[in-house]
Amino acid sequence: MEPAEIVQHSGGVIGVSWLMIVLPLVGAAVLLLGGRRTDRWGHFLGVAMSLASFVVAVLVFFELLGLGADQRRRLVELYDFLPAGTLDVKMGLLLDPLSISFALLITGVGSLIHIYSIGYMAHDPDRRRFFAYLNLFIAAMLLLVLADNYLGLYVGWEGVGLASYLLIGFWQHKPSAAAAAKKAFIVNRVGDMGLALGIFVIFTTFGTVAFGPVFAHASQASQGTLTLIGLALLLGACGKSAQLPLQSWLLDAMEGPTPVSALIHAATMVTAGVYLVVRSGAIFEGAPTAQLVVTIVGVATLLAGAIIGTAKDDIKKALAGSTMSQIGYMMLAAGLGPVGYAFAIAHLIAHGFFKASMFLGAGSVMHAMNDEVDMRKYGGLASVMKITWITFGLGYLAIIGFPLLSGYWTKDGIIETAMHHNPILGWLAVIGAGITGFYMSRLFFMTFHGRPRWDKDAHPHESPAVMTWPLIILSVGSVFGGAFLITGNRFMLFLSPAVGRPAELPSFAPFSVTGLVTLALVAVGVVYAWLRYGRSEVPAVAPRGSLLTVFARRDLYGDALNEALFMRPGQWLTRLAVFFDNRGVDGLVNGLAALIGGTSGRLRRVQTGFVRSYALSIFFGAALLVGAWFVVGNL
Amino acid sequence: MTTHYLVLSALLFAIGAVGVLVRRNAIVVFMCVELMLNACNLAFVTFARQHGNLQGQIIAFFVMIVAAAEVVVGLAIIVTIFRTRRSASVDDVNLLKY
Amino acid sequence: MGETITFWVLAVVSVTAAFGLVFSRKAVYSALMLGVVMLSLAVLYAVQDAPFLAVVQIIVYTGAVMMLFLFVLMLVGVDSSDSLVETIRGQRFWAVIAGLGFAVLLAAAIGNAVIGDPAGLASAVKADGGNVPALARLIFTRYVFAFEVTSALLITAALGAMVLAHRERSTPKASQKDLARARFLGDHPAPLPGPGTYARHNAIDMPALLPDGTVSELSVNRFIARHDVADGHLPENPRLAQAIRNVASGPAGRPKVVQAVAEEPEGPVEAEDKPKVSQTTGSPVEEEGK
Repeated sequence: MEPAEIVQHSGGVIGVSWLMIVLPLVGAAVLLLGGRRTDRWGHFLGVAMSLASFVVAVLVFFELLGLGADQRRRLVELYDFLPAGTLDVKMGLLLDPLSISFALLITGVGSLIHIYSIGYMAHDPDRRRFFAYLNLFIAAMLLLVLADNYLGLYVGWEGVGLASYLLIGFWQHKPSAAAAAKKAFIVNRVGDMGLALGIFVIFTTFGTVAFGPVFAHASQASQGTLTLIGLALLLGACGKSAQLPLQSWLLDAMEGPTPVSALIHAATMVTAGVYLVVRSGAIFEGAPTAQLVVTIVGVATLLAGAIIGTAKDDIKKALAGSTMSQIGYMMLAAGLGPVGYAFAIAHLIAHGFFKASMFLGAGSVMHAMNDEVDMRKYGGLASVMKITWITFGLGYLAIIGFPLLSGYWTKDGIIETAMHHNPILGWLAVIGAGITGFYMSRLFFMTFHGRPRWDKDAHPHESPAVMTWPLIILSVGSVFGGAFLITGNRFMLFLSPAVGRPAELPSFAPFSVTGLVTLALVAVGVVYAWLRYGRSEVPAVAPRGSLLTVFARRDLYGDALNEALFMRPGQWLTRLAVFFDNRGVDGLVNGLAALIGGTSGRLRRVQTGFVRSYALSIFFGAALLVGAWFVVGNL
Repeated sequence: MTTHYLVLSALLFAIGAVGVLVRRNAIVVFMCVELMLNACNLAFVTFARQHGNLQGQIIAFFVMIVAAAEVVVGLAIIVTIFRTRRSASVDDVNLLKY
Repeated sequence: MGETITFWVLAVVSVTAAFGLVFSRKAVYSALMLGVVMLSLAVLYAVQDAPFLAVVQIIVYTGAVMMLFLFVLMLVGVDSSDSLVETIRGQRFWAVIAGLGFAVLLAAAIGNAVIGDPAGLASAVKADGGNVPALARLIFTRYVFAFEVTSALLITAALGAMVLAHRERSTPKASQKDLARARFLGDHPAPLPGPGTYARHNAIDMPALLPDGTVSELSVNRFIARHDVADGHLPENPRLAQAIRNVASGPAGRPKVVQAVAEEPEGPVEAEDKPKVSQTTGSPVEEEGK
């Protein structure tokens, strides 16, 4: 079934849905422009704005539910954004099941992270600035998912890039944080270039950048054009979602405060790429090659992320590897058509809960351990941090796909769909699930079980309520979210007005071969991790490890590859250009000037100041003239 | 005969020119310039007789007048320079150079 | 025939004089040589049917311009002779080359040209009855504008010469009072002793004797003393000869006054003068001069 028609809308809560974006934006503006005066209550304003935005999102959601299934794509026109000749962009918001799902996730999880940050950043002198950036992040992300055209999406996209830069480099006094922020920004620029190119091609092909007309006419465009657009958009998605080959910024982005990591990984930023691919489904469906590339990128990333996750001792980097891997699953699903879209978004939402829960849990652990991030110095924290242990544990079980928890439902759906689509992709995804079981267990056991390996001055304690309550709420979502969305294809039906409805709805088969093999592999991974890290002693210093371990520790040599392929040639090119400029261009100009200057310097010696010298020249000239006249006269 | 006069005129002119070039005393240089002017006058007078009209003599007359004026101003300049620099050498006046 | 003889004589004279003008070390000789050339040319003008120009040449050039030259020469120092060493490298060589080349080329060109017999001015001046009326007619008719312009030029030149030669006074003119004060503040309030105050001789180069019998160096002109020293024209009396030598070798400007007379108190004056007197008495003052 095709997606539903987009309907103009006015009035109601949907009519003022722009408040979702404006409220956090106002919060950011007040906090940034207000300066120190807002220091005392700034974080409350940030939380309030985020919560208000969430309330609006919820109201919009229920108003949408109140409409008929085929009436659920509402367009709210706001203003004429870019009236420039043939490029006439009208800014508007597209409220449909897809965008409202994202909006709920962003504002909901975002608000919990805001609340958590009150406690986490309590001792930071720049807490107000932090909340301003968080609000800006939320606003940009909401603009990204709610805009009804590619240009508006692009504005939000860049806003997210800016906000992520500001937040990753929040502790800019640390050189590593500044470098990480810069790296994230630059790698994102590469992706943004792809997105920009995609939008250019869309405009030249369709004459507009609004979603409605573009998708309506997508089927009329040639397959080559659609493939081109799809690949360009995929490049953008890779940059934002940290997919291969633009994954390198994500691990370094852990330099930011932990709530930022949670926000980037769970609710915003990295999900933008998945959103872009799913939103542009009409284009990708016309371009099977692009879809295939999307799935390949997804599978490659999910394996790469999982492998990286197995080797990291830094708890946040291990989690970052898992994010890469999980986004890889979503990307894989997003390349599989309408069935995949539903699973991708469902997994995205479930992932938003359990990954936020785990990141915030990791933040809670770090908070307790004097900001120590090395898991080899944790161990046995389960007894002292009960709430964190339980919530983190639930998130952990959800991500490895423990039966009946969130991850089980959504990830299993993705694997089944992939298997149905292409067995190779399916089996690779199964292997990825197995590795996930291992590295998440490793992380969990190293942190919470085994003998304590704490530093002498570490006195772990449970975090304050303002930090634990968000954990509890999130863990509820990570336990029940998946089941709620997947059972009876509830989410797929809800989403179908936006992304189209598959010809036949998948039926959930818990005891299929694939499901059982996946579970078995995961179990093997968990048991192996227990043997290695739960039961036996974990060395305080990382052993040298096998070649594969080193490979994974070095992020699969992604940075080395980037340096060798892009950075060094770029530097050489720059040096060459500088050399050419200095010696060639400047040399020519300077040489000419030096030539003239030198000649003049010598020539001016003729001006001796002696009148008799001048008179001699004149007389010589006169003699020459007489001679010439004599010669000419005698011809 | 005309040729003889003209050659004499050319010789005197060349001698005057060489004098201008080799002498440093401004007054002597000036005298050499006068010599050149006189050589020209001789040529004019000769041509006047050769062509049988008085134009040459007229112009020689005007040359004399202009030469007189020139001598007056030139010598005044020399006196002024001498007064400030205590020198009448044309080589000493060489500040305007590279 | 007469013209040919005149020409050749005057040509040789004028060229020789021109060379003399260029090569003489003293500017006065150069000026005289120039006068010779001008006079020769005046004669040549007269020979060539230009009596008016010949007279003007003598009056204006030899009379006025040459006098001006000589006057300025006197002003800037008549007795200095120029160094003929060339200071600009290659100047003399190239000047001679250029001059020779110029003269040879011009002479060759003139020699090459086919020039017939001169037309003569007889027919041109016949209508007006002479050279001067004919010239006058042309100057005051056809060339009257040029004539007026030259008058303006002459006035401008006269004014310019005045402006250039005028020196603006930077201090007020010294009055008689100022001069008197300066004299009394200076070294020598009284007039310098004239030679022969107590002279035994009327030659101007004989130093005078002061009342105490000492020799006054102030009484001899420095330039005369120098000539005396140069010519070995010294009096036999060694004291007088020494005084003349002192004056000649003394510093430029006024010779030192005997300071003791003007400034020192009386006691020391006597004490210092005593031996001098005894010296003078030792050798008689009566000098016979040279």
